[in-house]
Amino acid sequence: MSDEDKPTPEHPEAGRTTAPDVGPPEVDAAEDASVEEGERSRSLLREIAAGDALAGVLAVFLAVLVGSVMIAATDETVRETFGYVTARPSDFFSALWESISGAYTAMFRGAIFNYNLDDPAQQWRPLTETLKFAGPLILGGLGVGIAFRAALFNIGGRGQMLVAGGAAGWVGFQLDLPMAVHLPLAILVGMVFGALWGGIAGLLKARTGAHEVIVTIMLNYVGYYLLFWALTKEWLLKTPGSVNPKSPPMDSSAVLPKVLGEKFNLHLGFVLALVAVAVVWWLLNRSTLGYRVRAVGENPHAARASGINVGRTYTVVMMIAGSLLGLAGVNQVLGTVSSGVSLDLDASIGFDAITVALLGRSRPLGILAAGLLFGAFKAGGFTMQASENISVDLVLVVQSLIVLFLAAPPLVRAIFRLPAQEAK
Amino acid sequence: MSTATDNPTPDSGGLAPDTVVTPTAGSGARKLPVVLGVLVLGLAIVLLRSSHSGDTTFRLAAETDFVTLPDVVVPSGPTAWVMVVICLALTAEAVRRMLGHLRQPMWIPIAFAVAWMIGFLSWAAADSRILIVSLLGGAVALAVPLVFGALGGVLGERAGVVNIAIEGQLLLGAFAAAIAASTTGSPWAGLVAAAVAGALVALVLGLFAITYFVDQVIVGVVLNVLVLGLTNFMFRQVLAPNAESLNSPEGFSRLPIPILGDIPLIGPLLFRQTPLVYVLYAVVALVAWALYRTRWGLRVRAVGEHPKAADTVGIKVNRTRYRTILLAGAIAGMGGAYYSLVSVAAFNREMTGGAGYIALAAVIFGKWDPIRATLAALLFGFATNLQGVLSSIGSPVPSQFMLMLPYLVTILAVAGLVGRSRPPAADGVPYRKQ
Repeated sequence: MSDEDKPTPEHPEAGRTTAPDVGPPEVDAAEDASVEEGERSRSLLREIAAGDALAGVLAVFLAVLVGSVMIAATDETVRETFGYVTARPSDFFSALWESISGAYTAMFRGAIFNYNLDDPAQQWRPLTETLKFAGPLILGGLGVGIAFRAALFNIGGRGQMLVAGGAAGWVGFQLDLPMAVHLPLAILVGMVFGALWGGIAGLLKARTGAHEVIVTIMLNYVGYYLLFWALTKEWLLKTPGSVNPKSPPMDSSAVLPKVLGEKFNLHLGFVLALVAVAVVWWLLNRSTLGYRVRAVGENPHAARASGINVGRTYTVVMMIAGSLLGLAGVNQVLGTVSSGVSLDLDASIGFDAITVALLGRSRPLGILAAGLLFGAFKAGGFTMQASENISVDLVLVVQSLIVLFLAAPPLVRAIFRLPAQEAK
Repeated sequence: MSTATDNPTPDSGGLAPDTVVTPTAGSGARKLPVVLGVLVLGLAIVLLRSSHSGDTTFRLAAETDFVTLPDVVVPSGPTAWVMVVICLALTAEAVRRMLGHLRQPMWIPIAFAVAWMIGFLSWAAADSRILIVSLLGGAVALAVPLVFGALGGVLGERAGVVNIAIEGQLLLGAFAAAIAASTTGSPWAGLVAAAVAGALVALVLGLFAITYFVDQVIVGVVLNVLVLGLTNFMFRQVLAPNAESLNSPEGFSRLPIPILGDIPLIGPLLFRQTPLVYVLYAVVALVAWALYRTRWGLRVRAVGEHPKAADTVGIKVNRTRYRTILLAGAIAGMGGAYYSLVSVAAFNREMTGGAGYIALAAVIFGKWDPIRATLAALLFGFATNLQGVLSSIGSPVPSQFMLMLPYLVTILAVAGLVGRSRPPAADGVPYRKQ
């Protein structure tokens, strides 16, 4: 952020406590940040000892198990063989194994490495698809996660993506500029619109106390209809002479370039996502603004008492969150689907981002890992649907189950009859 | 080590306005005149910019009334202006009350809304005909799932459990209703199955939110995604290949009530609907009565407002919450039956299309009261139906803006511009017995 966020005379306390060595609040913040290598490994050990990491692994295992049951239960052969399972159990179990292993190996082929092909470049192509899908998930996850850190729940990812995508798309095909200007301008406009859309929720919360969950949910729909309307106006996004709510394709000067050559779909959006991870990490753990965000998130009353402007923090953090989700929308419009702005440009990333942020525990690096995992699920899910005829929606189920189980470690412990965690 | 779930909403759980930044109360009285003024100004500007000449016909009668009401034909321009004047008078009254520091009574915004709507309609439908019966009757029909969902939301939140999962309950209800009605051949079995499905979602919500203290908003959102994935998956894998046996339910058909249905205007509006609508009337009345007039209702409200006090006098807080949200889930689930048994008579992917979120909006706009939430849901149904009617007569207002209206109104409501909404005090706060 800018100089504005450097310690100012109005916020002497805020300035002082961010110095890396003093102040009781810093103890908390350092633990929170979990950045130092030693600190991290120590906390990792502690987590495993306390059984929390184990609960996480078991949560993923449980979710995959439920997914397997769903695959098996809806498989024709499995159901047929189940009819005579007492007579010939081997038939049933081999059908069971075939359907489940078939699904997961198809996912592996679609997400990481396709061993059925000969060309090494093509064999690794699925991994690049995973990264392509992970890019917007990471960006969206950061947008939801940074709001979580201020104790704000940003469900408005969809609206922020739609509005930002529409704005970036408008710049992308209505203006005629050289690439060096066109692409950055389109990205910037998208981010600004996302920031404005997110900022509305923050501002309303700051000024009137309106709960951001309600406001962002409602803004999703307002954004949707706003984009819908824009797609019916030629001076905005409508394709002349077409009745479909879809804009013309983007100019080549506004499309995010492919980073691994034309053979692969991976575009600059993923690099932007990595940059965003670094920026958000720095912002949260090293900047005054991040300190304020975390302080407000931990306890807004205490934050206000120590001189932090809580309302302004809400507004600013929602603007940052909106700009990150806006970037996810830009990533779609100018990268993944550059054939034109449409109403489904968000591709449910706005909601997936919530699960990414929850799985990543609102930490930038955690979000990076969670985004890669869910990106792999997405890439693999499409291959699974194509080759095994198993609906890609299974991924949604597994994803949401993981988050649910992760959110309640005591439940997972109870299911596996692990000893209850000691009170801390 | 902090878990993912204690990051959001640290001490003020649920959907309560943030106490840190909440301005002083009582600002609603000052905001009403502003809102009314803006609305009437907007209407006047619209009238000035494009004056339609000609007449507007309001058709009040349906085909089979006892007495056929005559059509009301009015000159559109003058009528609209008369309504503007009436609206101005009402705004002036609101201003007078604001200056005199008096309460703003409910009738001012209601009368204003009616006058404004008549003025707007006579302008928008110049030289054509507005079928009042189909405009309002369609609104009732469209509002059915919203009212069911909103009632479920109100019940849950009065007991202190935020229910964002209304959308999931509607969707799973629609899914279960289609299958049950197809296999049994009876739409009533479908309705029961829908209620069970809604309660099932509520059970999961309760397990995480009440027993394991997971943030209720998060559970709700994730449950919506879960149900969406589940129904999409099952639809593609099971329902679509076996559409004839599993997804061709016999829907509810219209069932006019003999005498009540023949009353002019009201009859076709309220009593020539599907049985599901009659069930809805009963549920609305029952919930409103039970919540305020029975011991059970008192307990539910006590648990939602001050669980500790309720516990002290011997009410089992979490058991009450479980029972209430199961009931609430069943009610919301029944709303789902509207989609697969009335609207389309088959289940389809994502067929609720975010109605659960509108129902949630109705809960808030209706200030957590069953009757007001029902009215809010009806209002949202009206806005949706109005959009359809206006676009069919070629109205100059883009339909997208009409569809936006419920959401905008809700944002204004939570921002305190249209009366302040105060949720139950313990809404969204899990209760841990000490």
